[in-house]
Amino acid sequence: MPLNTQPNLTRPDDFYEALIDMHRDLSDAQSQSANAQLILLLANHIGDLAILQEAMEFARAGVLARAVVQPATDPAAAA
Amino acid sequence: METNYQACTFAYQPCAEQSAPRPGAGGHPVHPVVVIGAGPVGLATAIDLAQQGVPVVLLDDDCTLSTGSRAICFAKRTLEIFDRLGCGQRMVDKGVSWNVGKIFFDQELVYSFDLLPECGHGRPAFINLQQYYVEGYLVERAAELANLAIRWKHRVAGLTQDGDVVTLDVETPDGNYALQARYVVVADGARSPVRHAMGLESKGRVFHDRFLIADVKMAAPFPSERWFWFDPPFNRNQSVLVHRQPDNVWRIDFQLGWDADPELEKEPERVIPRIQALLGDGVEFALEWVSVYTFSCQRMDRFRHGRVLFAGDAAHRVSPFGARGANSGVQDAENLAWKLGLVLAGSAPDALLDSYASEREHAADENIRHSTRSTDFITPKTPVSRVFRDAVLTLARQHGFARQLVNSGRLSVPAVLHASPLNTPDAADEQGEAKFAGLMVPGTSCADAPVKVDGQAAWLLRQLGNQFTAMVFADAGALPAPALTALQTLACGQVRLAVLCVVPAGGGEMPGAPTGVRLFEDSEGLLARRYDGRPGTVYLLRPDQHVCARWRAFDAGQVQAALRRALGWQEDGAAGDERIAAATAEA
Repeated sequence: MPLNTQPNLTRPDDFYEALIDMHRDLSDAQSQSANAQLILLLANHIGDLAILQEAMEFARAGVLARAVVQPATDPAAAA
Repeated sequence: METNYQACTFAYQPCAEQSAPRPGAGGHPVHPVVVIGAGPVGLATAIDLAQQGVPVVLLDDDCTLSTGSRAICFAKRTLEIFDRLGCGQRMVDKGVSWNVGKIFFDQELVYSFDLLPECGHGRPAFINLQQYYVEGYLVERAAELANLAIRWKHRVAGLTQDGDVVTLDVETPDGNYALQARYVVVADGARSPVRHAMGLESKGRVFHDRFLIADVKMAAPFPSERWFWFDPPFNRNQSVLVHRQPDNVWRIDFQLGWDADPELEKEPERVIPRIQALLGDGVEFALEWVSVYTFSCQRMDRFRHGRVLFAGDAAHRVSPFGARGANSGVQDAENLAWKLGLVLAGSAPDALLDSYASEREHAADENIRHSTRSTDFITPKTPVSRVFRDAVLTLARQHGFARQLVNSGRLSVPAVLHASPLNTPDAADEQGEAKFAGLMVPGTSCADAPVKVDGQAAWLLRQLGNQFTAMVFADAGALPAPALTALQTLACGQVRLAVLCVVPAGGGEMPGAPTGVRLFEDSEGLLARRYDGRPGTVYLLRPDQHVCARWRAFDAGQVQAALRRALGWQEDGAAGDERIAAATAEA
C-alpha cells in the first residue's frame, strides 16, 4: 500500500490546532524533542517500512526543492 | 593454585626447518596448514584442524597471552564451538554467565532485557571472561593434541605463493628460515602484519571517538548484568558500560569523545576520579588495566587470496559494542577448519574454500552493519541525530516499541548464511507453501535442545559436529529402518554421514534400530518444536553445526545431491546430472 497523500484527516483544522498546541510553552529544544517523539510514535503506528520511506523521501524532497526554487502556488492545493 | 595467565611466557624453540639450507630441502615436508597468530581465532582454527587429524603448525610473533582483558564477552555460539573444541566447560566454569542487560538514561533505568528468554539451551547467552583466560585454556587444549605445534617467537616476515605451495619467511631469535605449507590461515589481528606484507588492505569507516577501558578490582554491589548508561551524570553527554568479569574484576568503558587526549586520560589521576564518580563514595577499588581506544568498521574485499585465508580481526573489524569481534572470529575459524580438513583429505574440491570467503564476508557485512548502527545510536553524529536518540530513550521508559529502537550494541548472534552456495533451498509443497515453520532454515547454525542419549540427559549440540550428520525424526515404535540403513550407507567420496534418529520422550530403547544409528530422545519435545520436526523429517547438518538441507521425507538421491553440494561439488556430479536430465526431459 503506498503512502496515502489524499485527504484523510477526519478533522483537519482540529488536528492542526492540536499540533501547534502540542508545542505551547516549549523551548525550541523541547519542541524538537516533542516533534521527534511524535514522529517515532506515528512511525510505529504505521509500521510498514516502505510507507515510512516514501514519507521520508517526500519530506526530504520538499526541503531540498525549497532550497533551490521558490515554492510555486499549487492550484490543486488552493482548490 | 590457579595459573596466572597474565604472567605466562612460552619458550622460543628452534625447529627442524631452521637447519635446512633451503625450502623443502633436508627432508622437511610441506606442511598441510600453517596458522599465523595464536590469539583466540588462530588457536581455535589450529585446534579444530588438529582434532580432525590434520597436522598444524601455529606461529606467533610473541611469547605471551593477551595483554589486558581485551575481548571479554563470549557468546553462546562461541561457547558451543569451544565445546566442540573440548574446552567449553572450563570457559563456562570460570566465566561470569549473564543473560540480562539494563539500559539507563541520565539517572533512570529505562528498561532491562533478557537475551535468552527461553530455557532448554545448554549454554548461556554470554559469559564474560578475560581474553587471557580464553587464550590460556585454548593453549592448554592445544598442548593435548600431538599433531599441533605452537612455535612462539616465530614471526612471519614475508610470504610467497607458487603453484601449490606457500612459502613463509619466518624470523626467529636464531635468524630467518623458510617454512612451506599447502594452505596458510592468517589470524594475526587487526593490524595484521602479514596482510600488510602482502600489500592488502582492510577498508571501511573510522569513527572519531575515543573510549577509555578500565578494569577495576573491587567487591562491588553490581549484579552479573550488562549495564549501559546514556548521558549519565558521572559522564555527561557520553556513554558508560559496566560488565562483570571473573576474579572480582569489573570492566568499565567510558566514552570520552574525540577531543580527549588518549595519553592523559590513561593517567590514574584522571581515571580514578571517573570511577569514583560512577561508584560513589567509599567503594574501594584497584586499577588492573587501563587502555584508550578508537575503533573502525572495516574489512578486506576478499578473505581468500589463493592459498592464503584471512580470519578474525585480520580480515574484518567492528566496534566493540555488540561483542562481534572475537565472537565472529571464532566463527570464522569453525567455518574454515572443516573445509580445509576435507579439501586436504581430497574429499572436497579446493572451491569449497571459496565458500569460506563468501559465507564469512557475508557474516562480516552483517556484523559491520549492526556495529555501525550501534555506533550511530551511541555517539550521534549530528544534533538532529542526538534529538532522535534522546527521544527514543525518553519514549522507551514507557513504550515497548521504542525499546526496539534503543541500540547500545546488538549483541552477537551467528549470521544466518541464507545465500550460501552450500545450502540446498527448501522445496515448496504442491501449494507453493513452505514446508517448514520456525527458524532452522538452511544456512542457520543449529539450535540447542535437551535430549536423552542412552537414558542420560545431554545437550543436542554437544552430540553434533565434526562430520556431516543426518538427523531423522521418527515416531516411537515406528523407526524408519530402511531410511536409516540407506542413510548409513550414503557416502560421498570419503565423506560419510553420521546418522541420528530423534524419537519422542520415552522412546529411547528401540529394538530394530540399525547398528551405528544413534537414538536421541526428545526429552522435552523442544527438538521437534525448534526444528519443526515430524516423523519422516530429515535434516542434513554440516560439520560446523549448520543446517544445509532438510526434507519432509527421506530420498537417498536428494540427500546425496545435497551432500555433494555442501562439499562444494556444485557444477558436476549428481546435482549437475539431475539438471541435465531435467533439461533433456523438457526439450
